[in-house]
Amino acid sequence: MSLELILAGIILISLTFYVLLGGADYGAGVWSLFATGPRALAQREAVAKAIGPIWEANHVWLILVVTVLFTAFPKAFALLSTRLHIPLSLMLIGIVLRGSAFAFRTHDVVPRSEREAGAQKVWERVFAVSSVFTPIMLGTTIGAAASGRLGGQADTFVDMFVRPWANPFCLAVGLLALTLFAFLASVYLLLETRDDGLREDFRKRALWGGAVAALMAGAVFLLSKNGAPYVQYNLAYTTWGRLTVALVGLSALAGFVSLWQRRYRSAFVSTIGEVTFILWGWALAQYPYLVIPGATIMDAAPTPTLELVLATLLIGALVLFPSLYYLYRVFKGSIILRALE
Amino acid sequence: MTDLIAARSQMAISLGFHIIFAAIGIAMPLMMTIAEWRWLRTGDNIYLTLAKRWAKGTAILFAVGAMSGTVLSFELGLLWPSFMNWAGPLIGPLFALEGFAFFTEAIFLGLYLYGWTHLRPRVHLATGMIVALSGVASAIAVVIANAWMNSPTGFELVDGRPTQIDPIAAMHNPHAADETIHMVLAAFAATGFVVAGIHAYLLLRDRANVFHRRALEIALVVGGVTAMLQPLSGDVLARTVAHHQPAKLAAFEALFRTQEGAPFLIGGLPDADRQEVRYGIEIPYVLSLLLYHDPHATVAGLDAIPRENWPPVAIVHVAFQLMVASGFIMAGLAVWAGWRWWRGQGLQHETALLRALVLATPLGFLAIESGWVVTEVGRQPWIIYGVMRTSDAVTPMPGLWVPMITFTLLYGVLGLVVVWLLKRHIAASAVGASTK
Repeated sequence: MSLELILAGIILISLTFYVLLGGADYGAGVWSLFATGPRALAQREAVAKAIGPIWEANHVWLILVVTVLFTAFPKAFALLSTRLHIPLSLMLIGIVLRGSAFAFRTHDVVPRSEREAGAQKVWERVFAVSSVFTPIMLGTTIGAAASGRLGGQADTFVDMFVRPWANPFCLAVGLLALTLFAFLASVYLLLETRDDGLREDFRKRALWGGAVAALMAGAVFLLSKNGAPYVQYNLAYTTWGRLTVALVGLSALAGFVSLWQRRYRSAFVSTIGEVTFILWGWALAQYPYLVIPGATIMDAAPTPTLELVLATLLIGALVLFPSLYYLYRVFKGSIILRALE
Repeated sequence: MTDLIAARSQMAISLGFHIIFAAIGIAMPLMMTIAEWRWLRTGDNIYLTLAKRWAKGTAILFAVGAMSGTVLSFELGLLWPSFMNWAGPLIGPLFALEGFAFFTEAIFLGLYLYGWTHLRPRVHLATGMIVALSGVASAIAVVIANAWMNSPTGFELVDGRPTQIDPIAAMHNPHAADETIHMVLAAFAATGFVVAGIHAYLLLRDRANVFHRRALEIALVVGGVTAMLQPLSGDVLARTVAHHQPAKLAAFEALFRTQEGAPFLIGGLPDADRQEVRYGIEIPYVLSLLLYHDPHATVAGLDAIPRENWPPVAIVHVAFQLMVASGFIMAGLAVWAGWRWWRGQGLQHETALLRALVLATPLGFLAIESGWVVTEVGRQPWIIYGVMRTSDAVTPMPGLWVPMITFTLLYGVLGLVVVWLLKRHIAASAVGASTK
């Protein structure tokens, strides 16, 4: 296996971690926005408690994706950041607002009685709204990388900087990212809560979230016929492509049935499976392109750089994974155990 | 406004904003860890309160720093795609290293902030130390990348393209060690002096407050020791600049004419068109003496550099003056504080010193901001010194004033909110810990 392929694989794995962990933190923010019913306050507190200790660590997966991308595949990075300047800038604004507002809310010095009043309410709102907005922009940029419109020169500003992402397919991918993140979060949250009423709230949200996410996945697949023909072809007409689509469908179904029957461990496993299969299906379907049609994984940095990055990543992983395990064991120990029982 | 100016402004604002939070994120973990360590050693609960208060403030500042840092990692490409395409393979590995340092920092900060009840005291203290160390590590990685832009190494130029890429040699660039030491010391000194200034102010109003006394002592140790070392580090760095970036050094000193026995210029407003300096004081021979340890050594002036490769002389010179002046005042205050601590009856009785510390509160960050202007504007018109011009690196995206204004407003509002929140924190600390 070539160095380029290994590094592209590491980027995909990092992106998967970002979606499964960091994505769920955004999804939790979505449920903070849609907290309703008699337990609305408890729902918001469950969200804050769940993501508090871990969201900053989860966020770093995105930084890792970006840094490895610009080191190993500078052409793809330059292309993405030039042509998708607008949605990436919007995503960054969302990232800044989400993170800052959450920190302001959590670490402000106010008595508990004022938790839902005044400035606290503003931070909560900003946190929740940007948790909805940011994943849409992230998904939109991923859709644009797959769409086949990024390469060469275009004549007008709109063709160059707007049309590649402002189209039904890319926006549908944005909504798919949002609904998948929300779905993931609801499944994690129902595992984390001990209160029966609250767990039912999140179970209902998981059922709805899962259904909407499955619909969005179907819509993206249909729209990809015109929106991302290269990816569509590989998914629909190759054996492994059809296999991936089948795996996504099966895990979605398994997740739905498990949630219905309140078998939360298998719901957890199938949800993670569904999201992972979607991501990997997309990545395989656009092989060997990183950005269609402008950059492939062969447009990589020279070998000494790739070797150094790989060594850095391997040594870094030796520090990272034990630390991450420790973080999760301390704060999520009971949940991990319950999921593994 | 041209797109180039808009892009440079957006980068300057993003860095100028982030650097404050990054510096605090480097230094505050050390201070809160020292407070917690004192608590474990002495059993004095005031130290525990102090560690917890500082940790809460750090949590807000770290989050804003982490988010604005994310923006920067994207902005490298959003604003300078050609630069990243060119330099990514050379300095990218440093950012990957920084990524892991940042990972460690975020993981252990989570453990530190939320782990007071989950972890045993010694383990908790260790998580704080890891946060402090990884903060320094990530600063080192990022500043080495900037040092490479000042003195690029690790490649051969063939037809304007880099070949023979060697990212390890890029890390070993001539500016690397001197610039990182200067920045890390600056982060500790600036943060130490801000915290010292705040607690000096509160101590002036309530001299018996042990909480503020302890806080002031820790802040002065961290800020004072580093402030005393900083002039030495600056001296070493200036010689590196003189050797590798003569145009930048000539701009520091507004030295238009190459001369033997060059004078050291204090103050003054350079006029690049007339090639003269108004209102400055020249101390003969001192620049040659400082740079080459020989009062008659020749120092290259701007006349040795083609006009189109001059940095904006006035901005660089004034920023350099501000940085050096702030640094020397801080070093002087550190010596004074050390003296009174050793010979006096306790710092709470040193009214003059406390007042001076209050006045010096912003000096460290003034020095950091002007220092970044010195190194970044001083490198112009190059983005990679001597290799790639900034104007050739900018994105083809038009209308860059829109994101520039947007991020300026965003950071402006965030900055105001953070100041407002920290004021509440400080007010709470004054009331909550007014103990004897």
